[in-house]
Amino acid sequence: MTRPASNLKINGLQFRRGSRVVLDAIDLQLQSGAVTAVLGPNGAGKSTLLSCIAGLLRPERGSVELDGTSLHSLAAMQRARRIAFLPQTPEIAWAVDVQTLVGLGRIPFQGVSSDEEDRAAVARAMAKTEVAQWAERAVTTLSGGERARVLLARVLAGESDWILADEPFTGLDPSHQFEAAELLRAAADQGGGVVLTIHDLTLAARIADRVIIIDDGRIVADGSPQDALTPQILRDVYNIDAQWLEGMNGTPPTIAIHGRATRG
Amino acid sequence: MTSRRWAVPSLLALVVVLAILSIAVGRVTLTWDMWKAQDAVSRAILLELRLPRAILGVLVGASLGLAGAAMQGYLRNALAEPGTLGVSAMSALGAVLSIFFNIAGLHPWVLPICGVTGGMTAMAALFVLSGMAASVLTLVLSGIILSALAVAGISLVLSLSPSPWAAGEIVRWMLGGLTDRSFDELTIAAPLIVIGCIAVLGCRRSLDALTLGETGARSLGIDLNRAQWQLAFGIGLIVGGSTAVTGVIGFVGLIVPHLMRSLVGSRPGALLVPSAIGGAALVLAADIAVRLLPGGSELELGVVMSLIGAPFFFVLLHSMRRKLT
Repeated sequence: MTRPASNLKINGLQFRRGSRVVLDAIDLQLQSGAVTAVLGPNGAGKSTLLSCIAGLLRPERGSVELDGTSLHSLAAMQRARRIAFLPQTPEIAWAVDVQTLVGLGRIPFQGVSSDEEDRAAVARAMAKTEVAQWAERAVTTLSGGERARVLLARVLAGESDWILADEPFTGLDPSHQFEAAELLRAAADQGGGVVLTIHDLTLAARIADRVIIIDDGRIVADGSPQDALTPQILRDVYNIDAQWLEGMNGTPPTIAIHGRATRG
Repeated sequence: MTSRRWAVPSLLALVVVLAILSIAVGRVTLTWDMWKAQDAVSRAILLELRLPRAILGVLVGASLGLAGAAMQGYLRNALAEPGTLGVSAMSALGAVLSIFFNIAGLHPWVLPICGVTGGMTAMAALFVLSGMAASVLTLVLSGIILSALAVAGISLVLSLSPSPWAAGEIVRWMLGGLTDRSFDELTIAAPLIVIGCIAVLGCRRSLDALTLGETGARSLGIDLNRAQWQLAFGIGLIVGGSTAVTGVIGFVGLIVPHLMRSLVGSRPGALLVPSAIGGAALVLAADIAVRLLPGGSELELGVVMSLIGAPFFFVLLHSMRRKLT
């Protein structure tokens, strides 16, 4: 099952917090059907960029267009049906059961899709993430990794064209990281657009089709993982000595970090 | 799952039983035979005393239960409630001020509208003070500020009160009760409360979405600003309208949603209607208890609710202690 292609166009995006310029003149074109990883040091503006693309923050200057329509001219519900967002520190306020929590992803569709369609979408999302066995358990009784899967199922339940995830792998052990990465990868392979922020360079190199590195509110690299994650760029941005190591016999690549860069 | 399906019908049945008991029980017990006999006295007791009292009990209980569930959902805090956060007290202050300034007599609507204004002001102040990411601490402190302000204002009015009679009236009314309310008072409170309930019920989807926090809700297309003001308006109407007629009846909105969560689950939107039905049952039951307790004069309902509610609050807080620190 593939969905029609969609694109997000970001023109001259500028965002300020107080007097600090968080994002400065960002121009980007994002295509669906790919995983785009946004990298950069803490405070570089990754999360702000993602929130602007999700329509949660209104940029001071510039625009975000979804298939040619300005995001801010769309009704909030209409936007939410097309762009799902996974916040950086997801909050779960009440001890609702897993099925109910995943069902919250269908909120933008109330009055648009039928109850059966909603139920079917929730069931599909729970099957994909393999959380169906906990359907009636309270989310609060699950472990961190299990909860992350449920939250991902909530995002998938919207079956939206775009999934934006703000550091979806933070706090997960390596196995759960890969599990989550594979689910997002699968969403992109089925034609969805996936944009995520990430700190793990190796994981980015392995799952992303495209890597965008921002530093100080500006894009400093944009391309395939191999083109973007070069020793020179990593040194400039993170101040580290790092090296792209091609995997042997077809195993995936690794980015070896040797230590902090020695200036000179 | 089956228990959830039966929860609402069982609660409804309970309300019907309690409403019938509320009509029958009191200083004079109305029996079926007396009702069939159609004598003037039992007719008067039924139509002028018991019926308005039972209807008011259902209305006030249901709306306060609803208001409590909605406030808890919005603030994502199981300790939020109009009574504990000073919204009821501010409504009472509004109403008392209208008595003090002698404008309450101008029109039957003046006092309830002043009560509603007090309630809405309190809700707005609460949202402004505690903000969206309401921590328990800021929330409780905001409630303390509002309650203190209301109590100080009411005390001031009492001490400046022109006649002991007026002061006595204010105190009696403040204690909160359903005794001796007529259909006239009912017709004033009912429209305010009903509009308030509709406004609150309209926020169901926003409350559900807020399970995922503020960012989560906004990403689901929820306009939180609108939800906030709609809730302030609706809860202000409910609390103001009911306080104007029955005085301060606290803790309904605290106890009921908590009990309902174990019956119907924690989804905030799905909790609203059961909390309303449960609130009606609780207030009716407490009002029947008030009449059955031995003693010369009836205890006021508001006092009884506080006697039940405060220990409940204590136990709830104790069980949540670990989560709060």
